[in-house]
Amino acid sequence: MKTSITRREFLQKSLAGAGIAIAVSITPYGTKLLSAEEAAKEGPDFSPNVWLTITPDDIVHVIVNKSEMGQGVYTSLPMIVADELDADWKQVRMTEALAADKYKDPIWGRQSTGGSTTIRHMYKPLRIAGAAARQMLISAAADTWKVPESECEAYRGTVRHIVTKRSLTFGKLTEKAASIPVPKSPALKSEDKFDLISSPVERLDVPDKSRGKAMFGIDTFVEGMQYAAIARPPAYGAKPLSFDKDAAMKVRTVSHAVPMPTGIAVCAGTPEGAWKGRDALDVKWDKGIEPDLDTVSLEKSFMADLAKEGITARNDGDVKAVLGAAPKKIEATYVLPYLSHATMEPMNCTADVRRGSCEIWVPTQNQTGVLELAEKETGLKPDQIKVHTTYLGGGFGRRFEIDVVEEAVKISKATGRPIKLIWKREEDMQHDFYRPANVSRIEGAVDEKGRMTAWSHKIVCPSIFSRVFPGQVKDGIDPAAVEGVRNMEYEVPNLRVEYVRIDTPVPVGFWRSVGSSHNGFTVESFVDEAAHAAGKDPVEFRLGLLKNHLRAYRVLETVAEKAGWAKPLQKAQGKGVAQHMSFGSYIAQVAEVSVDKKDGLIKVHRVVCAVDCGPIVNPAIITAQMRGAVVMGLSAALKEAIAFAKGGVESSNFDNYPLLRMADVPAIEVHIIKSKDEMGGIGEPGLPPIAPAVANAVFNVSGIRVRRLPMKPETVLAAMKKM
Amino acid sequence: MISLEINGKQHSVDVEPDVPLLWVIREHLKLTGTKFGCGIGLCGSCTVHVDGKAERSCQIPVADARGKKITTIEGLPEDHPVKLAWIKEQVPQCGYCQSGQIMQAAALLAADKNPSDEKITNAMEGNLCRCGTYPYIMLAIKSAAGKGEKS
Repeated sequence: MKTSITRREFLQKSLAGAGIAIAVSITPYGTKLLSAEEAAKEGPDFSPNVWLTITPDDIVHVIVNKSEMGQGVYTSLPMIVADELDADWKQVRMTEALAADKYKDPIWGRQSTGGSTTIRHMYKPLRIAGAAARQMLISAAADTWKVPESECEAYRGTVRHIVTKRSLTFGKLTEKAASIPVPKSPALKSEDKFDLISSPVERLDVPDKSRGKAMFGIDTFVEGMQYAAIARPPAYGAKPLSFDKDAAMKVRTVSHAVPMPTGIAVCAGTPEGAWKGRDALDVKWDKGIEPDLDTVSLEKSFMADLAKEGITARNDGDVKAVLGAAPKKIEATYVLPYLSHATMEPMNCTADVRRGSCEIWVPTQNQTGVLELAEKETGLKPDQIKVHTTYLGGGFGRRFEIDVVEEAVKISKATGRPIKLIWKREEDMQHDFYRPANVSRIEGAVDEKGRMTAWSHKIVCPSIFSRVFPGQVKDGIDPAAVEGVRNMEYEVPNLRVEYVRIDTPVPVGFWRSVGSSHNGFTVESFVDEAAHAAGKDPVEFRLGLLKNHLRAYRVLETVAEKAGWAKPLQKAQGKGVAQHMSFGSYIAQVAEVSVDKKDGLIKVHRVVCAVDCGPIVNPAIITAQMRGAVVMGLSAALKEAIAFAKGGVESSNFDNYPLLRMADVPAIEVHIIKSKDEMGGIGEPGLPPIAPAVANAVFNVSGIRVRRLPMKPETVLAAMKKM
Repeated sequence: MISLEINGKQHSVDVEPDVPLLWVIREHLKLTGTKFGCGIGLCGSCTVHVDGKAERSCQIPVADARGKKITTIEGLPEDHPVKLAWIKEQVPQCGYCQSGQIMQAAALLAADKNPSDEKITNAMEGNLCRCGTYPYIMLAIKSAAGKGEKS
């Protein structure tokens, strides 16, 4: 359930004595708690990252500064506040935060959602905010009854006097509580007193989403708005040679045709008018910056770069010497494609740029980016710009990009009209920031006792960070390109990781689990190959390399036990295992598969997943995220690859870029390990292990090593025929 | 002007006859529960009922919808077993595809009160979910099955 309350309204309500409000400010010196009144006085430098307010009608409003894209933060963040507050969950409402300094993530100093960090970054500040408000409500009640605070306790939306069994609801205490100074360091609940945290609380957004009532970006309507459509170049860097503006302007309801950096925009009173107008432009494009670029030429470039010397990202021991003297050497090259995010809601943005104001409605993971962009494009001050975050119809990293916002703002500014820009699926798929392709060559050595003694890993991969956060590229190493390899859990005495950055015209970006989405496959495929070379069981071999890595060890041991690893499978079925740590969480998965000998089709029957993400907030959401990540990872493993032709992207829609459908979904069991270790993320880490677990299972049942994704039936069939 | 009957109400819209029904429903009539996903009938996000059958509204020229009874997610009763099952089983993640999934499931159960897993899978094969909620969709359909739903 959501309510609509702006920060200004909230402050007014609070200051008028109609409720209490708590802001948590993260300063360089630590956490600072302020009442609404103090917050208002702090002026522009004040930067609280979260708010809660309680109104006299007993409703607890939690303002959420993170984007809801399916990962459950519109529920899990309010749960944290409500639990510390001892609120009645039925009385908790959430409101999405506008883009503002006040709502910046305290760790990042930006308002954005990604890296599976939401709970990790917000857990402590939200607990403090809830605990402070609870303490103020208890003080207000004690003062009302003239009893010691120690005789009072908060319980599900009320404060009770334990001895006399009197009670007052939070709403009745707000006026008095608002005048009580905010405690400097409120006592947090002990974890055994949690009422909501660690329970499978139902999601606040599910009822609206089950009734067609949730408002996504594409559902925005603004008085007087025009629709925009953009004719885009088919090849990277292509420029228009000619276009027929008059023909476009003759289409019903078309009002403008505006050249843009990314193409030519047509505006109209209806969506169909905008699209027909765009088609009527009949733009002729030049051939672009690399007209010969296609799927084959790209793969050739990656393969050629394997011969280049890369930058050393890690170098333990003496890999060269050990490999040279090894009694048993193994070598493998893995090839992974570019992938599209394919969010079900295509890119869209509504912008209304006027003299002195700008308002934007957008499904975004990057509020700070949107705000900064709007400032730059309009020349307005941040307080003249309102950025509304709608529900996101999928994010997966795509909505960290602000390309569609830039277009909508530019068109609105040029036309002086509110603009709703909707990309068609073809634009969405052909103008993505793709999950980078990756070609990796790994060499390894196993000694007489079957121990892994050397691992040399060369990664050829484009760089995401050099465009998005260049400051995080250190010594030429893109952290995403080597993640999951440079920091692999396995202890190999001689380990070398080398990175060859490849630059192509294809833009790359964050895609669910980022570098781990490809590096998890290469590492976990190779360790399986090494286990085979060593003549050892794949689980046992891995455990042997994890003796000092207890979380990875435990999660692997758990999945083996839950999956019944030691027991034989049905005839003609194989099993494979993989484990991977990403975003602070340890995940291991076992896949059971069969391979059709006639057509090479892989069928995944069952997946067992064990997860250790440390302390948990909502186990139902964790389970759902694990299952969802397995499905998305399986989709990529079996089906997905972006194809290129004639200097641009050839894939265009779900006919030539198929996604996994219901019939291909296995039974997925999730086991959450009780863990008091450091908290990890949950949106992404479930994805990396599934592709290698399936590939390893295919080997187990068929003897074929699939080193190329996706694992298409024709690839498997060709390999089977060679055997 | 084109006349349409949607959710039991008559609407009159001033659009060209070839405009897909989806855009008329969503953008002209602002019934935004029905979603745009692919525009070529391959994702199922735009699924509505036309005379009780699940159809992809992006594939129907609006002129062809004249004289037919159209039901969108907004027209499916709030206490419809499929909507309730979706909440009970906590199906949605991002939620974008779910209106289409629900309309597809409701049409299936109207035709077959107790479908087998295979029948469910076949009926839902045209509906994509990028969040991967398929296991929950299967559970919810089974949970709603046999409870006398009508579209």
